[in-house]
Amino acid sequence: MDRPIRVLVAKPGLDGHDRGAKVIARALRDAGMEVIYTGLRQTPEQIVNAAIQEDVDCIALSILSGAHNTLLPRVAALIKAEDAEDILIIGGGVIPGEDIPGLKESGIAEVFTPGTPTQVTIDYIRANIKRA
Amino acid sequence: MDIEKRILEKDKRAAARLITLIENKDPEALEILKRLYSKSGNAYIVGITGPPGAGKSTLTDKLVKALRKQGKTVAIIAVDPTSPFTGGAILGDRVRMNDLNLDPGVFIRSMGARGHLGGISEATSAAVKVLDIYGSDYILVETVGVGQSEIDIVKNCDTTLMVMVPGLGDDIQAIKAGVMEIGDVFAVNKSDRDGAKRTAREIDMMLDFNKNAEWRAPVKMVIAVENQGIEELLEAIHEHKAYMVTSGKFEKRRTENAKSEVVGLVKERVEKAILDKSNKEELLDFYSEKIAKRLVDPYSVVEEILGKMDVLLK
Amino acid sequence: MFKEDQISILKAAVEKENAKTQESLQKRPERKAEFTTGSGSPVKRYYTPADIEDLDYMEDLGLPGQYPYTRGVQNTMYRGRFWTMRMYAGFATAKESNQRYKYLVEQGSGGLSVAFDLPTQIGYDSDHALSEGEVGKVGVAIDSLADMEILFDGIPLDKVSTSMTINAPASVLLAMYIAVAEKQGTSSEKLRGTIQNDILKEYIARGTYIFPTEPSMRLITDIFEYCSKEVPQWNTISISGYHIREAGSTAAQEVGFTIADGIAYVEAAIKAGLDVDTFAPRLSFFFNAHNDLLEEVSKYRAARRLWAKIMKERFGAKDPKSMALKFHTQTGGSTLTAQQPDNNIVRVAVQTLAAVLGGTQSLHTNSRDEALALPSQASVQVALRTQQIIANESGVTDVIDPLAGSYYIEAKTKEIEDQAMEYIKKIDDLGGAPKAIDAGYIQQEIMEASYSYQKKVESNEIIVVGMNKYQVEEEAPKGLLRVDPSVGEMQKANLVKLRAERDNNRVDAALVALKTACEGTENVMPYILEAVRSYGTLGEICGVMREVFGEYQQSVNL
Repeated sequence: MDRPIRVLVAKPGLDGHDRGAKVIARALRDAGMEVIYTGLRQTPEQIVNAAIQEDVDCIALSILSGAHNTLLPRVAALIKAEDAEDILIIGGGVIPGEDIPGLKESGIAEVFTPGTPTQVTIDYIRANIKRA
Repeated sequence: MDIEKRILEKDKRAAARLITLIENKDPEALEILKRLYSKSGNAYIVGITGPPGAGKSTLTDKLVKALRKQGKTVAIIAVDPTSPFTGGAILGDRVRMNDLNLDPGVFIRSMGARGHLGGISEATSAAVKVLDIYGSDYILVETVGVGQSEIDIVKNCDTTLMVMVPGLGDDIQAIKAGVMEIGDVFAVNKSDRDGAKRTAREIDMMLDFNKNAEWRAPVKMVIAVENQGIEELLEAIHEHKAYMVTSGKFEKRRTENAKSEVVGLVKERVEKAILDKSNKEELLDFYSEKIAKRLVDPYSVVEEILGKMDVLLK
Repeated sequence: MFKEDQISILKAAVEKENAKTQESLQKRPERKAEFTTGSGSPVKRYYTPADIEDLDYMEDLGLPGQYPYTRGVQNTMYRGRFWTMRMYAGFATAKESNQRYKYLVEQGSGGLSVAFDLPTQIGYDSDHALSEGEVGKVGVAIDSLADMEILFDGIPLDKVSTSMTINAPASVLLAMYIAVAEKQGTSSEKLRGTIQNDILKEYIARGTYIFPTEPSMRLITDIFEYCSKEVPQWNTISISGYHIREAGSTAAQEVGFTIADGIAYVEAAIKAGLDVDTFAPRLSFFFNAHNDLLEEVSKYRAARRLWAKIMKERFGAKDPKSMALKFHTQTGGSTLTAQQPDNNIVRVAVQTLAAVLGGTQSLHTNSRDEALALPSQASVQVALRTQQIIANESGVTDVIDPLAGSYYIEAKTKEIEDQAMEYIKKIDDLGGAPKAIDAGYIQQEIMEASYSYQKKVESNEIIVVGMNKYQVEEEAPKGLLRVDPSVGEMQKANLVKLRAERDNNRVDAALVALKTACEGTENVMPYILEAVRSYGTLGEICGVMREVFGEYQQSVNL
C-alpha cells in the first residue's frame, strides 16, 4: 500500500490520562501513519462522526476510567449504524482480561492491555485494516 | 458506494471518501470530479494562515460558530505538516473544534501535507471542490504559514485571513517578505497580551507602505479563546467578500487561481512522468552522473527529456 | 566542606583510576555502555567529595527542621511519629465507601483519603449524559450534600484528617465537608485535612479540568482566603507532581514543573491581596515515588531546598512554616505491571522506602492489582502492611535523613535542584506556569520524556521485570473488584428524589446569588456553602459557574 493509513486516536469517557493515547499517536506517526488526534472527553457520537468525516481506516480508543464496557460497544454500534464497518476499531487501556471477549463480541477487533509494545499495535493495524 | 450519486445527496461519507481517493491520487476520483466540476463554485473559500502558536484552530472554531449563527453551513480543511522522514503526521486541529463535531452543518477534514508532488495545494484545491459540491456555503482552509506550499494553499482562496500574535518580535520582519502581502484581512489574536498594539501597528505600517492598493486590509484585534472580536472579524471578511464581488476582483482572482491550478497540475503530471520513467529506467541517474562528469550539459538533457514528453505522458 | 588541596589530590587519583579502569573495560566491559537513572540522567561509576566540592553544609543542608529543610521539615521526624498512612479509597456509592473508610480506620490508617468518580471531579451530576458508564467507577459518586452525609456517617470529623482528591470543583466539595461537620456539631476551625485543588496540573497532566485558567485561579485564591479565616487547619492545596510524573516526566521535571505551579499559586494569592505568610503555611505538595530509590530520595531533598529558597528569597516569606515543603507521596501507578501482579508488591516496597528515606509526611501505597482494576480489600491490606513493615521493622525511621552526606545523594540532590531551576527559569521566561501550559510547553516536555522512555522499554534498554524480560504465561487474573453497574441508576433515582423533596426556592435563590458572586469579585465560598446547604447539586452549582466562567480548552502539542 503506497498511501498512509489514517487512524483516529480518541479518548472516550471522562478520564484525563492521555499518556497512552499520546504515546500511541506518536508511535503511529513514526510508523508513517496519519493520526487524527481528538483529545479528551469524547462521546461515542463525536468519535464516530469524526471517524466518518476523516474517513479513517482505524479507530484507536484509549480508556482508563473503567467505563469501557459502556462506551466501547457504543462506538462499535454507532459505526454499524453508519454502515461503516470497514473501519477497524481497537481499544487499549486498563481493561481486565475477562472483559475482552465481551468487547470483541460487540465489534472491537482487538484490545491492547498495559505493557503492550507500540510495535504490536502498529503491526496489528497494518495487518488488519479492511480497506486496500 | 456510488460516491457520485451520494455526494449530491449531501452524504458525508461519500464526501469523506472522495477526499481520501483524491489524496491517494486515485484515477477514479478525478473522473468523478471531472463530471461534477460544473456543480462546484458556489462556496466562498477563506484561507486562514499564520505562524505556529497563533491560535488559528481556536479562531477557526469561533469563526465557524459565528457563521453557523448566520445559518451558513461550513466545511473546514485543516492542513498539518507531514514528517519528511516517515511520511506520518499527527493532525490535531480537531481538538480545538470539539464543539463543532456534532453540528450537522459543519464538516471537518484534517489533511497531512504529505510529500505531494507539485505541492499540497493541488490536493487541497481538489478537496475544496469536493466540499463545494457537497454543498458547504463556506469552506475554511487552515494551514500553518511556514512554507511556500502552505502559502500557495491560502493564496488560492477568495479571502485570505492572516492570523498574528503579539510577541513574535523580529519574526514579523521575516514573515513580511512574500507572506504578509497575501493577507486580505489581518487578525491580531491574543490581543490582551503585552505588545498587541505594537504588533497591530507594525502590520498597519507595512500595509500603509503599499499606498496604491485598492483594498486596504483591515487589522482586527481578537481574543479567540474568549470569543472577543470574532463578529467584527467576520464582518471584515464579509466586507472583503463584498469588495471582491462588486469590484470584479472575485472573477479575476478565481481566473488567476484557475490558471495557477492548471500550471500546478501540469507541473505535477510532468514531474510524475519523469520521475516514474526515471525510477523505471534510472534515466535521471544516468544523465545526472554524466552531467556531473561534464560529459553532457544539463540544458541538452532537458531538451532531450522534453522531446520525449509525448512518450512520457502516455 | 572539604579542604581544597585534598580535593585536588582526590581529583588526580580519580583521573588515574579512571584511565586504568578504561583499560580494563576493553577486556571486560560493564553491563551497559551508559548507566542512567530511572529518569534517564547519567550515573557515574562512583562519587567522591570532588563531586560535591561546592557543598556548604549549613547553607545547603542545615539541620532537620531548619532552613533550607533539605534534611526534613521536622526536628524529630519519624522518631516523633510516623508519617500518616493515608490510603486513597472510594468507589461506587457513598455507603460502600463509608464502609471501606471505617475498615481502614480500624486497620490503623491514620487519615482518610477520598477518591471521587470522574463525573464528580468534572462537576457533572450522575444523571448527566457524559456520566454514562462512569458513575462510581474510579471513586465515589457525590451529587449533593446528602451523599456526603452518608460518606462520613459515623466518622467524627473533629478526630480524623481527610484528604480529598478534588480539583476543579474543590470549593464545592470542601463546602460539603464543612456542611457535614456542621451537622455533626463540629465547627470549621476544628477541621483538618487537604483538598488537592491544583488545577494547573490538571491542564498539564491529569485532565479533570472544568473552567479556564483565570477563573480557576480565582476560585483557588478564594479558597485560600476563606480557609485562612474559617478553616485555619485545612491544607488548601496539594501542589501535585504526582500526575506530572505519571504522565511520563523525569524526576527533575516533576520537581521543576510542580514548583513552577506552586510559584503561580503564590503569585496569584499575593496578587489577590493576601499576605504570603497567611496562606503559605497551608500549602502542601504531592509527589510520586518511582523505583530508582536513590534518585527519588534526592528528588524530595532537592524539592525541599528549592522551595525554601524560593519562598524566602523570591517571595520574602518570614514564617519558617511558609518555607518548609510538606508533602504527601503516592507510589508510582505507572510503574506497576499488569503482568505478574505480585511483583508489584516488591516495587511498592522499594518506593515506600524511597518516600520514607525522603522524609514524606504522608503516604499512599498502591495495591498489587491496580494495573488491572480498582484494588480489592485484600490487596489494599498488603499495601498498607508494606508501610507498617517499613515503619516498624526496617529501622530507617529511627534516624533522620540517613542518606545525607552520601556523595552520590548530595550530588544528585544538587543536580535535580539545578535542572528543576532551569525549567522554572524557562517557565518564568514564558510568563509563568499558566502561560507555559497555554503554549503547550510543559506538556510537550513531558511528552518527549515519556516517548523516549517508551522507546527504551520497547528496545529493552530499560528492563521491566515480567513485562519485557522474565515473562511467563499467565492466566487472566480473577477476583478483581467490580463496581456494581446499578450504581449509576441508584444515583439517578436518588437525584430525582432529592429534587422533589428539597426546598427548591431556597436552591434557586442560592444559585442566583452564586451567579452574581461569580460575575463580581466577591469571595464565592460563602455562596457555594449556602448552595450546598440548600442541597443544590454539584452539577447545578458547577453549571452556574460554567455559565459565567466558560470551559477550558485543552492545548495539545504532540
